[in-house]
Amino acid sequence: MSNIAANAPNTSQLLMGNEAIARGALEAGVGVAAAYPGNPSSEIIATLAQVAKQLNLYVEWAVNEKVALEIAAGASFAGIRAIAAMKQNGLNVALDFLANLNLTGVPSGLVLVVSDDPGGISSTNEQDSRHVAKALDLPLLEPATFQEAKDMAKWAFELSEEIANACLMRSVTRISHARGNVTLGELPHLENQARFDISRRPYASIAATAPKFHERLHQNLSRMSEIYERSPFNWYVGPKSPDLLIVTCGSGWFHSKEAVGILSKENSVGILKLGTTWPLPKGLISRYFLQTPKVLVIEEIDAFLETNLKELSADLTTGRTWTFFGKASGHVNPFGEITPDFIIHAIADILKVNYVSRSVDYQKKSQTIIKESILPRDSQFCAGCPHRTTFWAMKDALRMDGRQGFVVGDIGCYSMGLASTGFSQIKTVHAMGSGMGIASGLGKLNQFGFNQPVLAVCGDSTFFHAVIPALINAIHSQADFLLVVLDNAGTAMTGFQPHPGTDMNAMGAPSPPVDIEKLCQALGVKVMVTDAYDVKETTQKLIDLLRDEGKPRVLICRRECALIRARKENPLYRVRINPDKCIGEDCGCERFCTRVFKCPGLIWDRNTKKVKIDEAVCSGCGVCVEICSQEAIFREANG
Amino acid sequence: MSQGRKDPLNLIITGVGGQGNILISKLIGEAMLEEGYWVTIGETYGASQRGGSVASHLRISRKTQHGPLTPEGQADIILGLEPVESLRMLGVYGNPTSDVITNIRPIHPMAVAIGEAEYPSLDRIKQGIRELSHEAWYLDASEIAIGLGAPLLTNMVMAGALIGSGLMPVGEEKFERQLKANFEKERLSLNLKAFGLGVSTIRKGKRASHN
Repeated sequence: MSNIAANAPNTSQLLMGNEAIARGALEAGVGVAAAYPGNPSSEIIATLAQVAKQLNLYVEWAVNEKVALEIAAGASFAGIRAIAAMKQNGLNVALDFLANLNLTGVPSGLVLVVSDDPGGISSTNEQDSRHVAKALDLPLLEPATFQEAKDMAKWAFELSEEIANACLMRSVTRISHARGNVTLGELPHLENQARFDISRRPYASIAATAPKFHERLHQNLSRMSEIYERSPFNWYVGPKSPDLLIVTCGSGWFHSKEAVGILSKENSVGILKLGTTWPLPKGLISRYFLQTPKVLVIEEIDAFLETNLKELSADLTTGRTWTFFGKASGHVNPFGEITPDFIIHAIADILKVNYVSRSVDYQKKSQTIIKESILPRDSQFCAGCPHRTTFWAMKDALRMDGRQGFVVGDIGCYSMGLASTGFSQIKTVHAMGSGMGIASGLGKLNQFGFNQPVLAVCGDSTFFHAVIPALINAIHSQADFLLVVLDNAGTAMTGFQPHPGTDMNAMGAPSPPVDIEKLCQALGVKVMVTDAYDVKETTQKLIDLLRDEGKPRVLICRRECALIRARKENPLYRVRINPDKCIGEDCGCERFCTRVFKCPGLIWDRNTKKVKIDEAVCSGCGVCVEICSQEAIFREANG
Repeated sequence: MSQGRKDPLNLIITGVGGQGNILISKLIGEAMLEEGYWVTIGETYGASQRGGSVASHLRISRKTQHGPLTPEGQADIILGLEPVESLRMLGVYGNPTSDVITNIRPIHPMAVAIGEAEYPSLDRIKQGIRELSHEAWYLDASEIAIGLGAPLLTNMVMAGALIGSGLMPVGEEKFERQLKANFEKERLSLNLKAFGLGVSTIRKGKRASHN
């Protein structure tokens, strides 16, 4: 069983990349860790939170990524090594601070881990975070294996102190969310003493000093390059003078090694794996470049390494040129995640060899079978999800209102309000809190003849993360909108982490909750509260608030996430069907229960032509009882 | 025992979100790690994570650490907690030497639950598996788990079926040791029982050999 707090040097554990990063931070003697949850980065801080008490750490789920990084920087200013972790979208939130922090530098090791999500597996975008390191002249490390994730995270603190600045570590889904062998190192024995030295010059960059600090950053880059020349995180496998040199980083290492092996090209293709990708170690790279005529660059998302290698090669005064293959040449996809198969085909194409993964006959058979027998599994709200009932109420309220009102949203489980189980109500999804900001703008368009009601939705965690400034803005501008806060008592999408509205912190200790209703009242906005499971009351309140137009209004729909509740208590009701009352397709309601409401606990029985309950799935919320016009669904209190 | 010596050994454990395939991959992975193997576990998802397809890729080697994604057509064993998911993975990662062990109890996708699509018959699924695999085992692991009073134990029954099949280079006692290290006392005996029933069921059962 994996245990990242084990003081067992030289033993191996099967660690997730994120756990390995957390372990590396522990081996570096980290004292403070902060993050806002977001996949694929969430387990880094979650893992540290679990061992916080045992190892005397301070670990926090911060209100957003900027505050998380500021908390970590605060610790560093007081002499404590600190780590902040976030996903790629989160880096944008933290960027304003980071783009000033780089100028002032830090005294104690400060590591910022960003987990990118190629393919947007659990994200709204697939932004490449590495550009930030180049733009801000900060060091960039990219782990390629689970062991390296641990070792590199540890070393990142040393590098940070060596250059007296924050160090960026970029992971990707296939490292962060995969597991592999990790051999542990020693855990240090530390007596951390925090103190801010008030006698030193301030950590501050102002107008007059910015260029000077900027210049110092550039001098730092040359030092980093020199350090990187000897880094054990850069290595080469292959023949002395390969026909083709693959240069890769991150998840590309495993895939490239596999592809070369599958094509049996170990004797003609070399792989230069780089772990230090900004600034580049020029001497090391030029040594390998001089041994080959062709370079193939394998990396996830943007052509960051590829472009920088081309730039570097233009500066090499060797009189040689190279043929580059990669994203620009069309051999590697510049979007989506890369897989071993993409690389196999890229190498096969460059070396002009044939590769088929399976016989033509087998391939044909498998395609036919997939087409005939495989059904898609669409996104849907879970059984008993309070968001389904809130979106149901919003759909009904907007239809009854009849003025083509619509919903603007943002990121969370409730983004599924875009899809059929949210009755396709959401019309915009961008950044955290963007629905509220967009509503603030839409709500001021009446002078241009705009008269559609605007509903903004946000979750409770998002409310704290980014909605509050936009709400204050909209209250001050008296925009015309209704904000619906989908309060399910936790950061559900990323694994139920606590937030400032919950009564517990990351380390499991009691914390005073900030009350959203009272906060709204204090801001001077009209606010109402409803139970998301009470469809009638919620619909009525929505209708009333929609009619009370011309100013900001807030409706808080409370109901704990059905998955969290199921962990703590038995279902509220046992929901059953009276088959004598269910009249199936003859009902005339478009089969609200299954076709429209789409709760996975309700199943349409094709044989009996009646609805039935899937008792293994039904969460016992009892809401569907209110949906059925024939009273064929009934509920019994779960005693 | 045909797959035991292949390196890397590529095992895909597939199912629907919530079935617990990630937990059993971790337990199997840790059992292999203790035997001195390099173990990599990756996950692939379908279009959705809530109620969607989830597959764990286990890649086991004596020589080196492998990447978390199995290349197309390179699966040696597919362990399916849900029949359509077994076929879905076989379609992408299977080859004529792949072995399949699958639970036969369907979990209906939304389109089926709301009456807009039909779930393929078990005969059709079996025929698809027959055409794309080397050998296949079928069991109603859900029924066995329900018999124990907890449908959530389906994953443990399937883990028993995998280890009991002899396809993996690891024995029952090694897996049981992982269960003992990972479960609290109250839950341990039921999990061990489910695992044991998986082992005995697969050993009694007839494998469907096609070639």
